Amino acid sequence: MTRKTRRLYFVTLGMLALGAAAVLVLTAMSDKLVYFYSPSDLQTQHITEDRRFRLGGLVEEGSVEREGQTTRFRVTDTVHTVSVAYTGILPDLFREGQGVVTEGRLGADGTFQAVSVLAKHDENYMPKEVADSLKKTGQWKPEDQ
Amino acid sequence: MHRFANPARFLRLSAVLLPWFAWATALLTAIGLYYALFASPADYQQGETVRIMYVHVPAAWMGLFVYTNMAIASAVALIWKHPLADVAAKASAPIGAAFTFLCLVTGALWGKPMWGTWWAWDARLTSMLILLFLYLGHMALVNAFDDPTRGAKAAAILALAGFINVPVIKWSVDWWNTLHQPASVTRVGLPAIDPSMLVPLLLMAVAFTTYFGTVLLLRIRSEIAAQKLRNIRMAQVRSAGHARSAA
Repeated sequence: MTRKTRRLYFVTLGMLALGAAAVLVLTAMSDKLVYFYSPSDLQTQHITEDRRFRLGGLVEEGSVEREGQTTRFRVTDTVHTVSVAYTGILPDLFREGQGVVTEGRLGADGTFQAVSVLAKHDENYMPKEVADSLKKTGQWKPEDQ
Repeated sequence: MHRFANPARFLRLSAVLLPWFAWATALLTAIGLYYALFASPADYQQGETVRIMYVHVPAAWMGLFVYTNMAIASAVALIWKHPLADVAAKASAPIGAAFTFLCLVTGALWGKPMWGTWWAWDARLTSMLILLFLYLGHMALVNAFDDPTRGAKAAAILALAGFINVPVIKWSVDWWNTLHQPASVTRVGLPAIDPSMLVPLLLMAVAFTTYFGTVLLLRIRSEIAAQKLRNIRMAQVRSAGHARSAA
């Protein structure tokens, strides 16, 4: 075996070992690496009332109610739904049907008391005219686009 | 491969290529920026803020592309000891760091109005920040030894180990919940981006790539010149030493 082949094997084996280690670490830590929990995750995660965490999902259509500074809405992942209350200024992209990530604690009544609300943008980019014509012709499919 | 690993041949070839790369960069950047800033529509949700994407996304792609190149050059340098591979890796790092920094800054500028925050510790943003630190670490390590060949070897190992981060960045948005949106262009199926916006994006991406080519060629050429200068100085010091001991 020449030196070059030996070095080639050495580098290849090293990269494979490192890659395997990375896969194991990232798989083991998968729960901690998520930026937010979905409403369905809450059923399995057993989060206590004093724990602060992020909740993400879509703002349910027709669920937004404003009373003064406080906004109440429901976050859904189409399977489970959580009620959220938030006092403060909402981001521009916050609207019904739009993705949000909220941070806060679960209250005793099961309402999520948010201290911050971030709007989550999706991967769709199009001019307004295209969006309007898609809606007009009935080809608008927000969930699978 | 061996033909291009010869520094003298590289200098001749790069002298021919450089003006082409430079002019292509100037032309493509001008056309790309015109399309990105004037001749493309506003987004249905983001409005005019979408224009940040035409710099942000190509910068992010280049951050990953340059690192991949650097890792390949490092592997070639470690295994086959090509004289130019170390030089190419060393010359790439600051360019990649600049692209990654640009990506993070434009991302923050976009994130504030759209998400409502400059920064979030989600998997995509954090892994991109790690990429910037890998570049900076590489730049520091290359120059941390008195013997340049030892610095090059240590930095090559760092570049290879850090390559694990590249697929993590790419698929972080698919593997975990992130605040960052998933890929719009490089995904299975049609791009989720209107052709009127895809064209300026791709123009800018090609412009960034030719810019990288231009700066990389320039930096490799100046690194070769610096090495020659170092060798001449060493030879002078040695011959001066001989002359003194002879006298």
